Amino acid sequence: SGLAAMRKHAVRAMPGSDWQPLEITPGLPPERADVVIVGGGVVGWSVAYWLKRKERIRDGVRVLVVEKDPTYSQASTVLSVGGIRQQFSLPENIHLSLASAEFLRSINEHLGVLNEDPVDLQFNHSGYLFIASEKGAGIMEENYRTQRYAGAKVTLLSPAQVKEKFPWLNTEGVALASYGLENEGWFDPWSLLNALRRKAISMGVYQCFGEVTGRVTSDCLLDAFEMSFKRIRYVNVRMPNSLEYQPVECAIVVNAAGAHSGKVADLAGIGSGPKDTLAAVPVPVEPRKRYVYVLHCPDGPGLDTPFLIDYSGVYCRREGLGGNYIAGLSPEEEEEPDTRDLEVDYNFFQDRIWPLLAHRVPAFECTKVASAWAGYYDYNTFDQNCILGLHPLVNNMYFATGFSGHGLQQSPAAGRALAELILDGGFRTLDLSALGFERIFHQEPVLERSIV
Amino acid sequence: MALYRTVQLSGCARMCVSVARPYSTVARSPSTPLPLRSKLLFFLSQHFYDVEQLLSWSSWLRNWTLRRKNTFYSYTQEQYGNNVAAAFYILSLKGGFRFSGQSEWFRPNEKGKFSWDFVNFQEHPIEEVDVSGTVINCTGLDNLVSQKNLRTLSLRGCREVDDWFLSRLHIFQESLEELNLSGCPRISVGGLCALHHLRKLRKLDLSSLPRVQNPGLVRILLEEVLPHCHITGVEYDEGLQAFQEEKDSEALSSTGTGA
Repeated sequence: SGLAAMRKHAVRAMPGSDWQPLEITPGLPPERADVVIVGGGVVGWSVAYWLKRKERIRDGVRVLVVEKDPTYSQASTVLSVGGIRQQFSLPENIHLSLASAEFLRSINEHLGVLNEDPVDLQFNHSGYLFIASEKGAGIMEENYRTQRYAGAKVTLLSPAQVKEKFPWLNTEGVALASYGLENEGWFDPWSLLNALRRKAISMGVYQCFGEVTGRVTSDCLLDAFEMSFKRIRYVNVRMPNSLEYQPVECAIVVNAAGAHSGKVADLAGIGSGPKDTLAAVPVPVEPRKRYVYVLHCPDGPGLDTPFLIDYSGVYCRREGLGGNYIAGLSPEEEEEPDTRDLEVDYNFFQDRIWPLLAHRVPAFECTKVASAWAGYYDYNTFDQNCILGLHPLVNNMYFATGFSGHGLQQSPAAGRALAELILDGGFRTLDLSALGFERIFHQEPVLERSIV
Repeated sequence: MALYRTVQLSGCARMCVSVARPYSTVARSPSTPLPLRSKLLFFLSQHFYDVEQLLSWSSWLRNWTLRRKNTFYSYTQEQYGNNVAAAFYILSLKGGFRFSGQSEWFRPNEKGKFSWDFVNFQEHPIEEVDVSGTVINCTGLDNLVSQKNLRTLSLRGCREVDDWFLSRLHIFQESLEELNLSGCPRISVGGLCALHHLRKLRKLDLSSLPRVQNPGLVRILLEEVLPHCHITGVEYDEGLQAFQEEKDSEALSSTGTGA
């Protein structure tokens, strides 16, 4: 095999290849790229894939995806519970989810690579069941009308119907329930990430493991009315565990860094202007830690268990066929856990989740916590909906962040929307202009009306 | 025709496809060797842009044919009504059906020709459908959405029926009594768990589903969820035998090394 290695070297050294005799640092990114996507999660790779799919000539756009952690140990994508639903109150969110479900349905047509295995998402079509109390029933009915108008297949159930369909559920306090019939359920986020990555790399996207650091240098383009517009000329990518960096000259930067988007935006100088100006408004995305607990309950609900979301906020879904379940709860603002690490607090389950869960599903009174993990939400502190679009003060920085827990289920459609913005100059398939930056500057939050 | 040679790019550029499996919609087990034709095509596609483009065109054409066969028959529906449109769709797929109130089945013959008598039954909904071995898929169900009296559906050996198709079967929840899913290579547990909507289901056939790992366990769980349904084609201890053989082989190897 020494001969084979020699032959490989000889072929790579032929004219036209990138081979250099003095390769000092492996894994450096190219010196120039058209689009640099900061963040290699499912949203980042979705944008990369759609950019390559929409380019009109081969190698028309040179895309580079920069990911900080090659092991994805703290990435929100792989730690996600993996659910997809259309039961939102904002039409834009419903359309994003519907389009993503459409993409996942024909995923092998989109992401099939020649001579590779077909993509297996392990999609469980169990639907979401939202439960509303007396207070939230009115909002749930309005949301139902919005969802049906947008094309989601949802149905409303009375407490009697809920009891008949799911006898293991305790219907005390339930006034109305909303059940998704199609395109809802949960799947494996790692498979989707790998499928997008494999297809994008086969189409010619460059992947680099490194961190975007230092001051992302920008050029002052125009000074008028005491406002300065910046343009990013190049991005410094630092290699992991090293001080070495490579400046990548780029035309467009896409911020898809998830929980760390706020930090990447700070590097571009957003939020550090004089007080009470537009330049002082930072990107309102910060990491929030969420716990996910794996429970084992041998007498729990069976194969028909939907993704149950109670009006108290606690959620629970089936995992596999062995009597395991996944549960969690979004904490209140006051009891937000520390985001420095991903350690799990088991007392949170004992004190907060278990009473609510056992009240709703009596079978969970005798359940055991098999394991747990924690992950970050890229939480949009302004209105908990995603931010898609260009920043008005930085000429060439696009944002696809702030999904607040819905990044995985909206990633295919959001990637397509951002690719349309970059290559076509505007939204073509879905009009998501309500989710741009204007609402943050005008202080007009676009809120999801949840059923409490 | 000049074949344009692909330039080998090293470093972080083009990825060499590492696993050599033919591009098929069904996953192959690693033990079956590749046929010579596929190996040759794969080798050529790695070295010539033209071959790569031709192969991607052929797979695009395959997808386009599937979409065309499963399109919505809107013209027939406008002219003749829902029932005749559904009937025409099933006959075009080379499947068979029976109207409610009639006793004979409408099927195309071996050459694909069928009689046009079904056009006269505009008021009769369809009661039994047999689309075994056809390329019906999830979007094709749009043609059958209106058939609320459907009692029997046979999908034996349909290679395009997958979990998304099963998740749409809830439209027949008031009427479907018999469902045959044997031999469908794409169905897995994720789709079978959506069958709990079919409350009137009495017979369910789940034989030879290659992607279901624990058929016995799935049968037990489905019987819990559909108490009146009789599930055939799978025994309670299927999927358990492999574990028993592993245990036996472990015991044998441990005694061998011990002695």
